[in-house]
Amino acid sequence: MKLKKLIAASSIVASSLVTSMTYAAETIKVGVLHSLSGTMAISETTLKDTVLMMIEEQNKAGGLLGKKLEPVVVDPASNWPLFAEKTRELLSKEKVDVIFGCWTSVSRKSVLPVVEELNGLLFYPVQYEGEESSKNVFYTGAAPNQQAIPAVDYLMNDIGAERWVLLGTDYVYPRTTNKILEAYLKAQGVAEKDIMINYTPFGHSDWQSIVADVKKFGSAGKKTAVVSTINGDANVPFYKELGNQGISAEDIPVVAFSVGEEELSGFDTSPLVGHLAAWNYFQSVETEANAEFIASWKEFIGDDKRVTNDPMEATYIGFKMWAKAVEKAGTTDVDAVEQAMIGITVPNLTGGTAVMNANHHLSKPVLIGEIQDNGQLEVVWETAGTVIGDAWSDFLPSSKNLIADWTAPVNCGNFDIKTAKCSGQNF
Amino acid sequence: MLRTFSLVITLLMSVFSASAFSDEFDSLINQLPHKKLRNITPVLTQIAEQDNDQVRFVLTEILNGDLYYLKSNKQVVSIRKQASGDYTITPVLGGDAVADQSKSAMKKIRTSNSIRSHIRGLLAQIDLSHKQTHVRLNAVKQILDDPSAESIELLKQRLAVEKDSDVTELINTAIAVNQLKEGDSQAKLAAVADLKGSLEPSVRNAMVEQLNGLNEYKLNELSETDKALKAALTKSIDSIKQKRSIYEFVENLFFGLSLGSVLLLAAIGLAITFGVMGVINMAHGEMIMLGAYTTYVIQQMFPQWIDYSLFIAIPAAFIVSGTVGILIERGVIRFLKGRPLETLLATFGISLILQQLVRSVFSPLNRTVAAPEWMSGSWQINPIFSITYNRLYIVIFALAVFFALLAFMKRSSLGLHVRAVAQNREMARALSVRSDRVDAITFGLGSGIAGIAGVVLSQLTNVGPNLGQSYIIDSFLVVVFGGVGNLWGTLVAAMSLGALNKFLEPLTGSVLATIIVLVGLVLFIQKRPKGLFPQKGRAAE
Repeated sequence: MKLKKLIAASSIVASSLVTSMTYAAETIKVGVLHSLSGTMAISETTLKDTVLMMIEEQNKAGGLLGKKLEPVVVDPASNWPLFAEKTRELLSKEKVDVIFGCWTSVSRKSVLPVVEELNGLLFYPVQYEGEESSKNVFYTGAAPNQQAIPAVDYLMNDIGAERWVLLGTDYVYPRTTNKILEAYLKAQGVAEKDIMINYTPFGHSDWQSIVADVKKFGSAGKKTAVVSTINGDANVPFYKELGNQGISAEDIPVVAFSVGEEELSGFDTSPLVGHLAAWNYFQSVETEANAEFIASWKEFIGDDKRVTNDPMEATYIGFKMWAKAVEKAGTTDVDAVEQAMIGITVPNLTGGTAVMNANHHLSKPVLIGEIQDNGQLEVVWETAGTVIGDAWSDFLPSSKNLIADWTAPVNCGNFDIKTAKCSGQNF
Repeated sequence: MLRTFSLVITLLMSVFSASAFSDEFDSLINQLPHKKLRNITPVLTQIAEQDNDQVRFVLTEILNGDLYYLKSNKQVVSIRKQASGDYTITPVLGGDAVADQSKSAMKKIRTSNSIRSHIRGLLAQIDLSHKQTHVRLNAVKQILDDPSAESIELLKQRLAVEKDSDVTELINTAIAVNQLKEGDSQAKLAAVADLKGSLEPSVRNAMVEQLNGLNEYKLNELSETDKALKAALTKSIDSIKQKRSIYEFVENLFFGLSLGSVLLLAAIGLAITFGVMGVINMAHGEMIMLGAYTTYVIQQMFPQWIDYSLFIAIPAAFIVSGTVGILIERGVIRFLKGRPLETLLATFGISLILQQLVRSVFSPLNRTVAAPEWMSGSWQINPIFSITYNRLYIVIFALAVFFALLAFMKRSSLGLHVRAVAQNREMARALSVRSDRVDAITFGLGSGIAGIAGVVLSQLTNVGPNLGQSYIIDSFLVVVFGGVGNLWGTLVAAMSLGALNKFLEPLTGSVLATIIVLVGLVLFIQKRPKGLFPQKGRAAE
């Protein structure tokens, strides 16, 4: 009796092992590398769910190359060195064919050497500071020229801003972006004394003096605008203080690069109405593709109140492009897919077409939206067409001669057009 | 003769054309749904020119984002949200109220910042003759900041009939600023004299602009009047600068006090549990967090009483955090008495458990806690100095909590017992003080006050699972700096750390200011390990 049970049990185990092995051989593994715990969990969990939704949809439509897609989700826990370890695990142990992941620049920088060493494929879906292009990474978020520069143009030409306050959290993305913006503003003829730059620590909560300084800076008779690269949690007390000190969007508009629908869903947005955000996607844009995306997201997550945001669209575009490239290449082999990716087009959710360029960055439209009292952003300005993502900023002396081009004959992430030399990757 | 005739005609016209006028108003309103952001401004200007009672209403509705149109028939309506969550929809051009529609059947008449400031300009001209003084005052301020020849003309007309002294003064300022910009040298000189003592930013800007203009010439190229003007300008600007630097100092001092009172509130509960009882409670921050979440829950339960929610939240948070505190003390800490390392680790574990609990119950996303009306905005003392109400109330509240606690410890018999147990447990027990009960109550009191701090912090910062973590280190710093076991020390330490931070910040930036304060503290503790006000006598052992 006992023996029978044991045999039965072991045969079940064995058969399930065999099926899982055969099943594994017939699936395409997709790695998902987003923090599910720690400080970044707030933002990154959403992207994990987006990838899972995309995989589910793809499988419903018959998978890829006749195989099912299988997600492999790992949790790097907002811990930057752990990102590198988890990437190694995904690539060498799980043997995934592609990874969707990372949010902060520092996590991407930590993953980069591993993906290059093991020749993996990473899709990075968040707006970032640029100054990078790797053969193994596709950047589907905005480069500075697809977010920061157009936003400044809008403030300068449409709002008439003459004095500038650049506020940021003290880490690599705001520092690089502000460096680029400062160079850009000076090139546009803004005087040194009309630019104020201020950095604050992560999670800064006492904004009294800084907001008072901004108010003083803005009372000098010239139209003043604030460009904010303040990250995450620190935004709530910042905007509250702005409201309390009576600075309205009409006096001193604040344009933010890290505040989207998801972040606003934790705010009482009534004192923020009219402040601006620059992105490549807003939930409020009315197109059929977007309505469909929002509906399927709400259904997938099972919550009618959840919002969509720009990094989700970037994930969506990245995933669709990868699927298309795999079909075009007929294989999931990284080198073949990498070459097939360049030139791939996918309709984006705002009614245009996203193109993957030779520098591994996308062509995207740039939208400026005003915050509404319901936490949504309404478009007040947009670029006429799409803008090609620029990996190396033209406004920094160190990178203005550099280009990235991953097609023959250049085949280089940082090619100096003056010396015609490829200096290899430096991260 | 001709004149009288035309007068009669106009009179007659005005009688008959009331309907004609309103027709034009109607057609302008009906144009609104068809206009894009780009070309709506001229229509708004035309609406403002109409002689219709509803002009002000329509413009204000657009400004507040309450003017919509029905997608079906493009009818322009204004909507009001009811307490029940439904909308009342009233057509702007009369007619019956529209039956309740879902919001997706309507579309907002959209505006942007530039359109809104244009509307404010239009409204300011209308509001100059408004009944209420503060509306008129705001209108004049608006014109002062963004004057046009037309609006200055309106101001001059208004001056003749204006009775309120504040409004008159501001109108005079606006006119003088205009004179300073547009008039001849003599008029400018007079304007400078008129503007003496005014702190309005636009006054200073106009003066600086004029002075810069004069500075382009050499002194001997200037006429006598211009020389006098230059001297007068320099003198006025200097005096404004002097006044501004005084107010800047006062402002920094207030910022320091307000940061200090936040620190005080966060630390004062710890001053009881750590300072008096000697328990290193790493879960103190989570008691603060629970208080903040209590505020959120109260606001969710009584959405119609947002204005009073804080008054319910304060006792509720005290009870919630206090109860959790007592449970922690009874369940964990009393078994670890006299073993600081174990207490530290155990309470750290509790803090992680509480954080995860909140994440599971309320989601990891931040929760929205609304600020009551009376907590928002600021008290404008003069044009360059204002105090935000929320900070002002927090300073007052923090001090009230402090003195209430002080009185409790010094005057009540329970306070006496707490102090007795803290000083000498064995002796207190020998004198029939029930030390176990006192421990639990003390810990509950400290935690409860942390909960109250949470209510206050919910008004300033994010309500999320990580709220407590960001204040735990600051709280320990304040208690250690002030001297363990000394409430007055906590007060002085919190206020001086706050002020130090705020005076350093403009000089060094906030990142460096934090570092300097920390390094300073470390050095200070090296020199005086027991803090500012060490316990003296046998109690210190």
